[in-house]
Amino acid sequence: MDPSPIPSPVSSLTDGEPVIEFSDVHIGFTDGDILRGVSFSAQSRETLVLLGETGTGKTLTLKMAAGLLCPDRGQIDVLGNRVSSMREHDLLAFRRKVGFVFQEGALFDSLTVGDNVAYRLTEDGLSQDEIVPRVEEVLRFVELEHTMDLLPSELSGGMRRRVSIARALVNHPPIVLYDSPTAGLDPITSQTIITLILRLRDVYGVTSLLATHRLQDGFALANFRFDPKSRRVSRESPSGTNLAPTRFLVLRDGRVYFEGSPDEILASKDPYLQRFLI
Amino acid sequence: MRLTLLVSPVTLFLGAYDENQVAETPLQVSHQHAVAPDTPSVVDVLQDIAKQTVLKIQDYSKLSFRALANLSVRPRYVQDILDQMDDIGVGSLPIVLLSGFFIGAVMVLQTGSQFERFGQTSLTGDVVSLALVRELGPSITGLLVAGRCSSGIASELGSMLVTEQVDAMRAMGTDPSRKLVTPRVVASLMTVPLLTTISVFVGLLGGMVSSVFSLRLNAFTFWQRAVAALEFSDLMQGFSKSIIFGFILATVGCYQGLSVRGGTQGVGRATTQAVVVSSILIIVSDTFLTKLALYLAEKVF
Amino acid sequence: MSEPSVPVVVGNALKTWTFSIQDYSLLSAQSVRNIFTTRRYFTDLVEQMDLIGVGSLLIVAVALLCVGGVVVLNAASQFARFGETMLTGDAVSLALLRELGPVFVALLVAGRNATAMASELGSMVVSDQVDAMRGFGIDPVRKLMTPRVLATVVTLPLLVAVGDMAGLLGGFIVANITLHLGWATFMTRAIKVLVFGDLCMGFTKPVVFGFIISTVGCYQGFRVEGGTAGVGRATIAAFVVSSVAVLVADLFVTKLLLYVFNL
Repeated sequence: MDPSPIPSPVSSLTDGEPVIEFSDVHIGFTDGDILRGVSFSAQSRETLVLLGETGTGKTLTLKMAAGLLCPDRGQIDVLGNRVSSMREHDLLAFRRKVGFVFQEGALFDSLTVGDNVAYRLTEDGLSQDEIVPRVEEVLRFVELEHTMDLLPSELSGGMRRRVSIARALVNHPPIVLYDSPTAGLDPITSQTIITLILRLRDVYGVTSLLATHRLQDGFALANFRFDPKSRRVSRESPSGTNLAPTRFLVLRDGRVYFEGSPDEILASKDPYLQRFLI
Repeated sequence: MRLTLLVSPVTLFLGAYDENQVAETPLQVSHQHAVAPDTPSVVDVLQDIAKQTVLKIQDYSKLSFRALANLSVRPRYVQDILDQMDDIGVGSLPIVLLSGFFIGAVMVLQTGSQFERFGQTSLTGDVVSLALVRELGPSITGLLVAGRCSSGIASELGSMLVTEQVDAMRAMGTDPSRKLVTPRVVASLMTVPLLTTISVFVGLLGGMVSSVFSLRLNAFTFWQRAVAALEFSDLMQGFSKSIIFGFILATVGCYQGLSVRGGTQGVGRATTQAVVVSSILIIVSDTFLTKLALYLAEKVF
Repeated sequence: MSEPSVPVVVGNALKTWTFSIQDYSLLSAQSVRNIFTTRRYFTDLVEQMDLIGVGSLLIVAVALLCVGGVVVLNAASQFARFGETMLTGDAVSLALLRELGPVFVALLVAGRNATAMASELGSMVVSDQVDAMRGFGIDPVRKLMTPRVLATVVTLPLLVAVGDMAGLLGGFIVANITLHLGWATFMTRAIKVLVFGDLCMGFTKPVVFGFIISTVGCYQGFRVEGGTAGVGRATIAAFVVSSVAVLVADLFVTKLLLYVFNL
């Protein structure tokens, strides 16, 4: 049961302008830079898959996009805001437009699932009458509406991940950032999560950055579509045009090693990229 | 300005006060270590320690100041303040009652045995009451509540930090300083004086029981002299000390919790550190506060 | 299921409480018995003495320095009124040695070491290291608890001695500044006023307190339940229970020794 597709929320950008743009971003710590001059951009409704080995800075990139970290050099623009130089005070308001799904879920363990998902809405001061239906809607989307009164400790790892996704999208943000959403999950649960991300992309039309070290997650997103009418995931696109493009971005040694479509990465003869494909 | 030697996670809360300062998180701290040549000289090590100590004091001060400054602007999380008052105040009540009673009883035993030598046992009430109200009430209550609550706060906030819940909070648009630190500090400021008062009262009761059984002193006499010996300045001294101690224990607990590094092990370390640091600060500040209070008592009252 | 009635709840609480006390007593007795039989883990003992004793030295010295100063600050104004400023040395010395020294040092060490013991042993229990130890035929109580108990019991009196000295020094500094008392006056009176009973009290109490602190800390650590969150709870419980137990024991030991030495 999905809600009717919600059009991409109005942003201050015209079509064609990138939603997320990194320009020559450097970040590092005392033992060396992790990112050395990373530049890329993501268009509206696009899914950008960040690939890379552990420690290549995928999580850092996501956190910088949400303004949780500040780069040493370079600029980051998200939805027309210069996130890299905004003050924390302004960032707090800005983050309403960004949904962040943390690696281990990061649910508040003293609150119930319902309270966790409603967190942002409660903070904004909405009344219970407004909050409850929205929480239910979003929990239904992740197929966990029966867990509303449970505590996070009573859920399995996969369920916690799904609640975390629900929490990130309760106020329909135009951007969602996923930090290794399938890390540490068994193959079947991973598939459930990826299907969920698929549906999110095709139903809500969000722009997303997905950091992962598994190429197959990226390919699943590239090759499968969710058709809201038939409510089925299939390989075919419902109409001819590619409504939700997926691109890959491979990070290596602090720089963008490869950027391109799924077809391009498949066709690549580069030995490093070949290793991901195994 | 980026400090390469020790980047503090506490600066994360300072965005509203610094120009162009965007949040830094413990993620950056976990990668830092002192950049030292192969064999650092003694001077280097001492310098290092000095710099780190100064930095820690600076961060702690910023955290504490921010905790109170947050009260001036909305949003204020009143429900969280009440929850914390329940935790800190009502939760510490049993140990305060027990400890107060026994301290009062011991004080009477000790001073009573002294005064018995001079045959002046009736003075016991005076002395014990003054000691309890001015000194032992605030400091022992402070130490016990610090041990219980400072470590509890450090452990709680430390676990939240390690499991990225603090980051999640910031990603949801909530300022962790407002939501986590301020309620605990305010709750502590309000409940520790009340706990101290209860402790002193129960201490006098314990003293009364002890005097009846060991010194064969009339309970009424004891109580009457105990209350009569107190002056307003004594009460002010005890009360103001307990407010400061409450502030210390909450801010130290929050600081230790939010500067945790190193995963779960780090949380355990932070818990112990919180108790040690807050105990020392309470005892050291007691000295200065006593001097200040006695001075004011002379001049003002 | 209906709400349990008050007598049932109270009854259950009393049962749990009694059981814990029994468990604690058996564990403590076992840890003491281990001292008299092989095998003894001498290296662990020395390590613990270093951690507990030497580690707490600075904290104890600084804290008791301040405590001594505060006692004089408070007493000084009183004595000045009667013109008996020389009595200050007496008062500080007695207060410190009999009461404040042992109690404050015990509270500080409880805060620092009881929590550390509970946290350390608790983490070991939760990560199955204690079970692994038993699987290798090593008795965890003998290896982990006995060294800690013995180390605390031995080092606490020494720490109290250092603390007392620091307290007297602190008291002297303040007495010198506010009452202009000389070193000779202060110290001679401070030492002369003491009788053997006072010293006994001042050094028996740390032994008792040390036993309480370490056994409660280790007990809380060994009986942890509920994973990592339980370790946090055990750490706090270790401090709370040992502090209150120290204060309660203080009363009884004081009474006993006052009676014995006819003070």
